[in-house]
Amino acid sequence: MFENFDFDVIRRSLAYLFFDGMRFTLTLTAMAAFGGLVFGTLIALMRLSGIRPLSVVAGLYVNLMRSLPLVLVIFWFYFLVPYIGQWLTGASRPVKVGAFASSLITFIMFEAAYFSEIMRAGIQSISKGQPMAAQALGLTYGQTMRYVVLPQAFRNMLPVLLTQTIVLFQDTSLVYVVSITDFLGAASIVGQRDGRLVEMYLFVAIIYFLISCSASFGVRRLQARLAVVR
Amino acid sequence: MNYHWNWLVFFEPSPTGGGSYLDMLLSGLLLTIETSFCAWIIALITGSIVGVMRTLPSKTASTIGFAYVELFRNMPLLLQLFLWFFVLPELLPRQAGLWLKQLPNAPFYTAAIGIGLFMSARIAEQLRAGIGSLPRGQKMAATALGLTTTQAYAYVLLPMAYRIILPPLTSEFLSTIKNTAVAITIGLLELTGQARAMQEFTFQVFESFTAATMIYLLVNLVVVTVMRTLERAVAIPGYIAGK
Repeated sequence: MFENFDFDVIRRSLAYLFFDGMRFTLTLTAMAAFGGLVFGTLIALMRLSGIRPLSVVAGLYVNLMRSLPLVLVIFWFYFLVPYIGQWLTGASRPVKVGAFASSLITFIMFEAAYFSEIMRAGIQSISKGQPMAAQALGLTYGQTMRYVVLPQAFRNMLPVLLTQTIVLFQDTSLVYVVSITDFLGAASIVGQRDGRLVEMYLFVAIIYFLISCSASFGVRRLQARLAVVR
Repeated sequence: MNYHWNWLVFFEPSPTGGGSYLDMLLSGLLLTIETSFCAWIIALITGSIVGVMRTLPSKTASTIGFAYVELFRNMPLLLQLFLWFFVLPELLPRQAGLWLKQLPNAPFYTAAIGIGLFMSARIAEQLRAGIGSLPRGQKMAATALGLTTTQAYAYVLLPMAYRIILPPLTSEFLSTIKNTAVAITIGLLELTGQARAMQEFTFQVFESFTAATMIYLLVNLVVVTVMRTLERAVAIPGYIAGK
């Protein structure tokens, strides 16, 4: 089964795979997770605020994003972002946006919807007495959220947020559909050039598996340690 | 914005032959539905077997179930489809590999099986949680009545567990529909693929993707409505979801 294998192709392309491909994947994952968390928290606060127009808009956004396939969303933003850039800067023609910026915006906007649902659950899991006590102490709404509610919500939801980040890490491979070179894309390019798709895909599969698997084991251990005794 | 809007483009004949661009999108929708149903059946059957294995007293069975779930959960779906589509035929004996490569509709079968197995790991986890949420007394009562393990699962545990996990199964089914879009990478012309093709033929980016978006929203709405009705019909009395 392995007699025709050329494992040397992997060794030859290691530098390209990891320095070009994996760096792109990891940077995108980290930045999209951070951006998604920030925007997701804002959306969750909008949804939970008593102001009706805000909560309706936030709800519509989240439900729209969650009912579309990621591939379609990637296409949408890939073509939409240049026009948004043109509109923002007032340029006369659509702005050229790099591959990284385009996919970063896509993933932040998409993940914000999923992170906002997690943060919403986290905020709702906090007992009513906490914000009431904060109010009684004279904290404003902003202070209540910043110093009392959000830190606890974040702590409670950390394992779920990290699990979602692992899903995000795997989902970034879908930038393949707009021919952006992430880890999988880099392996595809080398594999197609050298006619060694089998070796490259198997290697990539093992790497993805090892990273995701060890990350989810880490999350499980963290979950056990973080569990608050009530 | 100097974008040329043309909403009538849907009624123009498509260069692929066989009707207008709207027909092209609808044929994509049909393929999306077919693929998701096939994948769903595979996912439900495999996922149920693995989910039950994880709850069995046998250490071997639960270890195998655990390994299965970890294997399919920790690789991107896109990569799993590539493994089935490009790698598997090369690893098989020459004859079998050749047969597999020449199979008509290969992207369809690959997508159905690949997405089905990917989703089965998630269904297995849901079912395990469902069985785990049942009171211990149920299994004990079944044993006390003299039921074998198979009978206990078939008549006591599974009927309850499936009714409890119906709401999460709905969202897994929605994920299955959304995941069929990934099969665009192995050349399956489902809804997203057709919208992409239409965009390439007509340069009407926003019209074609808006149409695809609307169709996906509609499909979601239909599935959610049907499943809510079903959930109400089978909700277990005495549980919060029940009457």
